[in-house]
Amino acid sequence: MGEARLYVAQRVSALILAPLVLAHLGLIVIAVRGGLSAAEILARTHDSPLWAGFYGLFVVAAAVHGSIGLRAVAAETLGWRGRGLEWATLGVGLAFLALGLGAVVAVIA
Amino acid sequence: MIRPHRNHPLWWAFAVHRLSGVALALFLPLHFLLLGQALGGAAALDTALAWTEGGAVKAAEMGLVFLLAVHLFGGLRLLALEFLPWRHGQASLAALAGGGAFVAAFAFLFNAL
Amino acid sequence: MTNGGTLAVRIWKGDAKGALRAFTVPHRPIQSVLDVVTWVQRNLDPGLAYRFACRVGMCGSCAMTVNGIPRWTCRTRVSKVAQDGRLTIEPLRNLPVIRDLACDMRPFFEKWRAARGRFAPTGTRADPLPRLAPDSPGRRAVDAGIECINCAICHAGCDVVAWRPDYLGPAALNRAWTLQNDARDGDRAARLQAVAGDGGCTCCHSQQTCARLCPKGLNPTAAIAGLKRAAFAAALRGRP
Repeated sequence: MGEARLYVAQRVSALILAPLVLAHLGLIVIAVRGGLSAAEILARTHDSPLWAGFYGLFVVAAAVHGSIGLRAVAAETLGWRGRGLEWATLGVGLAFLALGLGAVVAVIA
Repeated sequence: MIRPHRNHPLWWAFAVHRLSGVALALFLPLHFLLLGQALGGAAALDTALAWTEGGAVKAAEMGLVFLLAVHLFGGLRLLALEFLPWRHGQASLAALAGGGAFVAAFAFLFNAL
Repeated sequence: MTNGGTLAVRIWKGDAKGALRAFTVPHRPIQSVLDVVTWVQRNLDPGLAYRFACRVGMCGSCAMTVNGIPRWTCRTRVSKVAQDGRLTIEPLRNLPVIRDLACDMRPFFEKWRAARGRFAPTGTRADPLPRLAPDSPGRRAVDAGIECINCAICHAGCDVVAWRPDYLGPAALNRAWTLQNDARDGDRAARLQAVAGDGGCTCCHSQQTCARLCPKGLNPTAAIAGLKRAAFAAALRGRP
């Protein structure tokens, strides 16, 4: 992908993540009161299209944002360039996506 | 010993943003795997969650909340810098981002205790 | 401030594989770092290579690394940067060293060219003079960045330049932005492509060391932010 397109993807995913992360932070701070139990979490998330949509979008945006961010770090600290870097970026993004969607399925289903 | 040309607030803001991003990227797979334990039902997730009850883990979680908040607030500053007309006082905004992150971390701590 | 009125000065000698050499230099009132270098060359080391020209803060030729920070040595007071009487003077970072304090400016200017930092006229002498309103947003953007004299201090201070040899750097991109905002310029599409690709404006992480160090008070970070916006818009329109 061209640098400009990657930049667009990075910034757009950031804009999407901003309200999601704010909500997630708020949720954590509030929900963690008096300890956290699986039943409490799953009661909220189980079978909920709202949470499925929220966390599904969160995972996709985070996978895009994180993989492109790590790409810059790899290029600048490890000196990676070229096809190796691009494939690694894609690989990291897909790994995040797979693990993340797996987690979403786990708490929704 | 930090190189002299780097010893200024906005360079530190960059360093915090980069370090928090890498730390979050490393944490995320663990987070997903832990949540994936729910596939084994509530009991499996509870077993995993019991592991997180320890004091050291709570401190680490507070750290994670800080990292997430500082990356978010710093990132918002960068988005504003890049997409909105230039404004001066970037160092103040960076300080605000850091302060906001501390507030979030302490809010988590007070609620978790 | 100093021991019996002397400075302990270390100066880089040789090329990239050289080393710092120690000199003892008399401390004088209202002394600049360029004065120190000149004194060493005249009294201790005739072979010391360094650049200067105007010595009054107009040309940018005397830029060197002083106690780790790139500065114009003619405008740097010893009393300000060497409170403990110690000075370390090295050539500018991120450019090949020719000898001692003189670096090879060619890569800096090659990046200028690669960013298409050259005005492309669209008018001829037969056309009437264009009217450019000085308070239009475009002209303001040009005026904010046009005073660059290519001293390479921003380039020397930029960590992304150090980490990515292909990065065009703050000076070249700042110049590109002034041209993108010039209503008379005819090369804007090609220039945007040149600065939005590999090693272009998207590499900047807004550390703003450039803006902090620029002796002319320019802000390449702001200029690069403008280029990022233009690149973003072009990419959305399908023309990256």
